[in-house]
Parts: sequence; C-alpha cells; structure tokens
Amino acid sequence: MLRAGVEQAVRVNDFAIKLANVNGTGSASANGLLMQAIFRMGIPVSGKNLFPSNIQGLPTWYEIRVSKDGYTARALDYDLMVAMNAQTYERDIREVRPGGYVLYDSTWPLDPRLHRQDVTFLGVPLAEMCNAHFRESRERILMKNIAYAGALIAVLEVDMDVVEQLLDEKFAKKKALRESNHKALRLGFDYARKHFDPLPFRLEKMDANSGKILIDGNTATALGCLYAGATVAAWYPITPSTSVMDAFTDLCRKYRKDPETGAMNCCIIQAEDELAAIGMVIGAAWNGARAFTSTSGPGISLMNELLGLAYYAEIPAVVMDIQRVGPSTGMPTRTQQGDLLECAYASHGDTKHICLYPANPSECFEFAVKSFDLAERFQTPVFLLSDLDIGMNDWVVPRLKWDDSYRPDRGRVLDAAQLERIQKFFRYWPEDENFVAARTLPGVSSKGAYFTRGSGHSRTGAYTEMPEEYQEVVDRLLRKHQAAAKWVPEPVIERRTGAQFGVVTLGGCDAAVREALDVLDSRGIPADFMRIRAFPFPESVEEFLNDHEFNFIVEQNRDAQMKSLLLLETGVAKDKLRSICVYGGFPLSAKRVTDRIASQLGELTERAVHR
Amino acid sequence: MPSIAKPTAIHPSLHRNELGLTIRDYEGSMSTLCAGCGHDSITAAIIRACWEISLAPHMLAKMSGIGCSSKTPTYFVSGAHGFNSAHGRMAAIATGASAANRELTYIGVSGDGDSLSIGLGHLCHAIRRNLKMLYIIENNGVYGLTKGQFSASADVGSKSKKGEPNRMAPIDPVALALSLGATFVARSFSGDKDQLVPILKAALSHRGFALVDVISPCVTFNDHAGSTKSYLYTRNNMLKATETDFVPPASEILATIGRNGAVSVTMHDGSVVRFKGVPPDYDPTDRKKVLDYLSEHHGKGEVVTGLLYIDESVPDMHELNNTPAQALTKIPFEKLCPGSAALDTLQEEFR
Repeated sequence: MLRAGVEQAVRVNDFAIKLANVNGTGSASANGLLMQAIFRMGIPVSGKNLFPSNIQGLPTWYEIRVSKDGYTARALDYDLMVAMNAQTYERDIREVRPGGYVLYDSTWPLDPRLHRQDVTFLGVPLAEMCNAHFRESRERILMKNIAYAGALIAVLEVDMDVVEQLLDEKFAKKKALRESNHKALRLGFDYARKHFDPLPFRLEKMDANSGKILIDGNTATALGCLYAGATVAAWYPITPSTSVMDAFTDLCRKYRKDPETGAMNCCIIQAEDELAAIGMVIGAAWNGARAFTSTSGPGISLMNELLGLAYYAEIPAVVMDIQRVGPSTGMPTRTQQGDLLECAYASHGDTKHICLYPANPSECFEFAVKSFDLAERFQTPVFLLSDLDIGMNDWVVPRLKWDDSYRPDRGRVLDAAQLERIQKFFRYWPEDENFVAARTLPGVSSKGAYFTRGSGHSRTGAYTEMPEEYQEVVDRLLRKHQAAAKWVPEPVIERRTGAQFGVVTLGGCDAAVREALDVLDSRGIPADFMRIRAFPFPESVEEFLNDHEFNFIVEQNRDAQMKSLLLLETGVAKDKLRSICVYGGFPLSAKRVTDRIASQLGELTERAVHR
Repeated sequence: MPSIAKPTAIHPSLHRNELGLTIRDYEGSMSTLCAGCGHDSITAAIIRACWEISLAPHMLAKMSGIGCSSKTPTYFVSGAHGFNSAHGRMAAIATGASAANRELTYIGVSGDGDSLSIGLGHLCHAIRRNLKMLYIIENNGVYGLTKGQFSASADVGSKSKKGEPNRMAPIDPVALALSLGATFVARSFSGDKDQLVPILKAALSHRGFALVDVISPCVTFNDHAGSTKSYLYTRNNMLKATETDFVPPASEILATIGRNGAVSVTMHDGSVVRFKGVPPDYDPTDRKKVLDYLSEHHGKGEVVTGLLYIDESVPDMHELNNTPAQALTKIPFEKLCPGSAALDTLQEEFR
C-alpha cells in the first residue's frame, strides 16, 4: 500500500465515498448492497446515483455519504474513491480530498501520471481474481463489482453478517447466484484484510434507523396514488418518471387484484404520447375516477394544451412531474427544479395551477394523496413536482404512516338524490366559499347532464362569447385558485436566535440548505429557514419574506424560477430576494450553499462599507 | 348564437321506445351549422339509432374534439353528458373516460381534420386498444370553421371552392382502420339515412372500436363541381357493398337469418347484424378481400359504402386489462386502499 504520510484521527460514521463505474456492468447492485448494509447497521446514510442517459458504456457514479449527525445532502469531499472506470480515472482521482484514498483494479498498472502524493492508493487485482474464479465472461464482469464491495466491507468495517443476510434475502430463489456473490465478496474481503491497514474512517453500528425505511421518491409517490384510491393511470415512458408507473403497476398487481373475481381494480394505460396520457387522465376524472399521470418536463410541455382545458372546464387531474434537466431533451438523467414556472402557469391564456413541492419520499407519499384531494376539492389540475434526485435515489426516511380513517375528499359532486332536490342544475353556479361549483358525473341522472367545453362558457355552462359572462367565470377561477392557498401544505419555517436574514428553498434542496444553515450558524452567521411546500403560497410565505431584511432563495434552475414566482405572486419587494441558483444537474450539496451565501454576504458587507 | 333550445312540447301520438321515450327525447339543441350541412343529417341518424335501441340518455357519453363535426353532440341527446374537448384529442379523452366507467355507451363525433390530421395518432391507438365506442368521422374533405382549407381526406384532383386542385394523396380512414386491425369499419353517406341508421345501431352493439366514416358534404366550402365530397359526386359514385339489418338481442331472429346471400354476425351483446352483400360474394368478415375490393373500387373513383368489415372475436380494452365488469368508479374506497396494516407489512421490504 502506498500510504500518504499524515497520521489522522479515526473518524467514525462520518465520511463520503464515491464509486466510479462503467454503466451497464452491474455496479448498481454492488453499490446498492453497500448502501443498504450501512442502513441496516443503523447509521444515517444517503446514496446518490449519478448515472448517464445510456444503457451501456458511459461513465456512471454512485456516492455514499455516512453522517452520524444525519446530514444526507450530497457531499463534495470524498474520502475514498472506488475508481473502476479507466475512462474517468483522471477526473475521479482529482476529486479525492487530500489525505483520502483511491481503491482501484490493480490488474493493470495505474498510469504514473495519475498518482497523487497526498492520496493513498489501494490496489486490488479485481479482474485477475475474478478471471481466476469465474468462467463466464459476463459473470466475471458482474462479480468484479461484488469483489470491490467485499474489499470495501473489509476496509470500512461494514458488518459482514448484515451483508450476508442481505444476499440471502436477495437471492433466496437463485442459489447459484447467491454462491457466486458470496465467493466474489470473499475474494475482495480477504484480499483487503490481508493487504491493507484499517482506514482512518470507518463504520460502527448505531441505532439511528429504527423506525426508518429506505425508499425512493417514485415508489413513495406510487404508494400515495395507491392509497389515495387512484384507479386510472395513463402515462408515456420518460426518464426519470417511469419508475412511478412501474411501482404503481407492481403495487396494483399486489393490492388491486379482486380476491373474489380476480379482476384488476385499476386501469393503467401506456399512452401513445403525453398528449394522450393527460387526455386519458382528464377523461377518467371527468367520469369521477381518481386518475393521474407521471411524466417529466418534456411531457409537461406536450400536456400544456389539455391542462388548460382541465383548468377552464374544471376537471380534476393529477400530474406527477419528476423533474429533470431541461430545456429540450436536456440531460434526462440529471436533476433540476426547472419546471416550476411551466407547471404554475401551464397552458395558454390565463391559467394558474396548484403545485406541491415534496422534499423527500415521505412527502412524496403524503403529497401524492393530498394531490387527489386538492384536485377534486378544487376541480382543477394539481402538480406534484418531485425531481430525479428525490424520485430515483434511495432515501432514509421515517416509516410511512397511514391513517385508516382517511376518506377521499371528492369535492362537490351531486348524486342523483341531490339532483332530484334542486330545480335545475348549472355546472358553474352556484359556488361555495372556495368558489367551487358542484359538478355531476355521467351515468347518474339526466338532470345533471351538461356539456363540458373548453370554449367560452357562462356560469350556467352554456357557450358564450359575451365579455361579462366570460369574465365572470375566469374571475371566479382566479378566486378559486387563491382560496386553495388555505388548503395546501404550509411552509416549513425554522427560526434561529439572532438571525439577520432568511434562507428560502423548496423540494430536494432541503437537506443541503439545512446543513448549510448549521454550518453558517457554527461560523456565527445564524439564519432563518423556510421551505416552501406549495403554490398558491399560503400567507405565511409572504410574512416570512417580509419579516427579513433580505432572503436568499436557493433553487436548482438557472432563472431563479421560485424567486420569480414569489415576485409575481406576493407583494414582497424585489430587493428583499436574492438568488442562489445551482443547476448543473447533480443533487445540491451544502458547500455550494454556504459558499454562495458567504460570498454574497461578503459583497453586501463590502457594499455597506463603501456606501 | 351557438345553441338554441328547442320547444319541449311532445305530440301525444309520437311512438315510444322500450323506455317509454319518444324520439324527441333524444334530440338536443337546435343546430347552428349551415343549412343543408351533412352533419345535421348524421345527427338525425344518431338520434334515431339511439331511440330505436332504447339507450337510456344518462348512460350515454357524447365525446368530441374541435371543428364543425365536434359541435354536433350538442344537437342530440340533451339528457346525456357531453364533452367537447380539444382539437384531435377526443379519442384519448374517451379512452380515459371509458377506463373509469365502462358501463356508459360512448359516441364520439369527429371530423376529417380532427381525426386524420391533428388527432390521427390518437385515432390509430384507440383502434389498437379496441376501445369500445362508436367513433363517427363526419368526413367532408375540408376545414369548415377556418373557411375552406383542404383536409387530409381530400382526394387527389378534388378542387377547392377557388378551383385549386388538391395534389396530395388522401388518408382514407377506412383503409387506415383496416390496416390497423380495426374490428368494425363502415362507411356511409349523410344523405342515406336508411343505410346509416342500421350501421350506427350495429356499431353501438359492437364489442370494441366501431369506426363509421360518413361522407358529409360541406354545403359552404365543398359542395361545388370538381369536389369529390359533394352531394352530387357522392350520390353519383356511391357503391353499396352491403346492406345492413340490425336485429336487437331481445327480438326473434331465427326467421330472418340464413337466407341466400346474407351473412349474419352475432354481436357481443347477443344482437345480430345481418348483411346482404350487394355483390353477392362480398364477405365483410374477410379483411383481405375487403381491402382488395376497396382498393379496386377506389381506383375507379367509387365511394364504397356499407358495413364493410366486422370481427367480433377481438377483446376490447377492458377485457385486455381484466377490469371488473362494473365501472371502476363504483369500486368502494375500502377495496382500493390497502390500509395501515398492509403498509406496515410492505415496509418490511424497504429495509
């Protein structure tokens, strides 16, 4: 072992490793295994999969951060790099922090130009060992990953019993594979034990994960749809939302097969495009079903026209937008919060939509259910804006809870008996305190029959081209949208004593921003925190902004879309809001936030001094 | 004014159907289309067909997109919910509606612009899914509401009102549907109600997607000399491939089938559609022969009409999906939500 000189104190449960792999070689299961094993050791952990838009051959990375203090945002300082991709050696080795380690396949010599004096190189002859022990070429490639996992288990002191248990569960029905995995694991493990000293950072069992689960946001979103009672789902495959519908399909197979008849109590339709997908959702919801689609930015672009129809004709629709990097095709496997404005104002003409911004899989579950309630209560499209980081990475979150007394809020729907009691039914009048008029469903009574139209209509539902009749309806729609502010999730606000300014964020930036605020606080710069969870904004959002001399709005897009939305939709003064936009496509890290806040604060102080 | 209510007085001598309803009960608002529009004749045929089969008005859902054709659901069965959606998207919206509630009868009314241009993709996929619905294309070869542009169904050489000929090959919805595996394909003429009404009734009994292409002349923009979608041209060149007789399930049918030259098809709901091939060897159950026949006569400039193809053996979207017999909207929430105990068990896997 080439060991860098400095002696370091041993850090327990506080480090980050990055694994650099080639896409399509089976590394994902080895990396997932490690992450899961650490989770089962009771240690706070997060895993970020930074994968390419590719099936095989391009570079892919996986990052594991272990933090006894529970910080789960992406770390930028890597203590250990598992460099398995010669194509990216140069970049990967550069990213290791001074005093860190690089584990690589020493079957082939490392180019001396890649050596760093301040980093320790751990060579494991992975290919050589696997070639000697496995016959099939595919197996040799796959098992190389399990072998480096074995080496990591040794040097990081992952609990081997936990790993073996995981393999037992995973390969319960595949004995041969179980055996191969076991063999490969031992190859790496034994080699590392024999050749390497313990590292200055390691794992130790904790009890931080009792009552917690490991789940990705898309699965949690699908679970929310299942529990909300959604029966119709229509979609067009698109990264990174596909796993929402995959999970929903699996869940329906498990929970929606009628035990008596064997029939499926759901209808999942793979549409011909996103235009059709949202059309199907609207058609189903018009008929009274809870219906949703899952998509990403390009799909939202295509759905715009019909979203306007649903808004204007007042038909519930739930859209799960798992955001990725735009514009255009953009970077399909990278994360961003780039659809905030597009969803808030989707479609031509005057439109405003309810948007929910979950920060993690727990909120994906909770808000997915809420989306249906809001969509039906307000008879309008509702967007759940998740993103690739939340949706496709595994997160450690508290166990999901379900209240068995929950019943869907179907909003104002008149049944046959109610229709009997009224003289005449008008679709858009009279309205309730939320400016919502009752609707009727087809198949109930001729007395409730009306003609749904996206063309100009009066409050009775009749076609109109008259200014006052048209305006009466669209003005009510605006008031209805504003009324929803009282029904959507309130922002999460955390105040610190002595705070001079506010830091505002949303969605998946949550963990990084909270960590950044702890760091700033430790440097003597306390700040108040607000995470916005929905649009239209509850009153508390504007209050928070006005309470502070200035606020940083941290978000993952170039154009400060949340800041723009706040300026458009609240009365807050423009000079109260400052932007911190990080939008390169990787999950946010605390360092990016602290650096940018510190530098902007520096500029502010300088400006104050020069004034 | 786009819709004018009709007086509701009903003459006591009017006939009543099995539901006790007169044909007036199946009417809608007054049409605001141009006087003489073919679409209004189709509306009348729809009204008659729905009345004759005793369709309960509230169990009908009228679907449409945008265009002259798509306005027509206002003009029939005012006791049914209607959905005048967005241009070209009717098939998609009907698919979702049907997914939620398969107990309703769906009648979609579309036009050649709506179905063969902007909504072509959705039409094709509704055919592939064999979505159970009656899908009518009111085909006039022209965009009326935007004042006379050629549509995708305009024949090569057909002239616009200004005299310009169309040069691009048309999309023939009948040939298209047959090539996509459609299970019920018919063509008729708005001016021939005797032919159209039994076709519509048969279509409403079909197991899956029933496409009825109806040549429906546009009196304002496409009824001149040189047009191949005019009343005169269609009358002169119409060739009946079949004559259809629809026999509802409850009726005595034995006496009417088995005659020489007739083909009987038992529909999924037990009703019987009886065809008489006008050319005696025309077989509406043989897709290849139908395609050959259509292609041969299309070459001669003839408009082949009748119930052209039928196949009752193909499962519809719900059968393929194994959805319950009742509407999904009727499944109680308790059956849809697995509850907290199941969630606890499931989460054991998330460790």
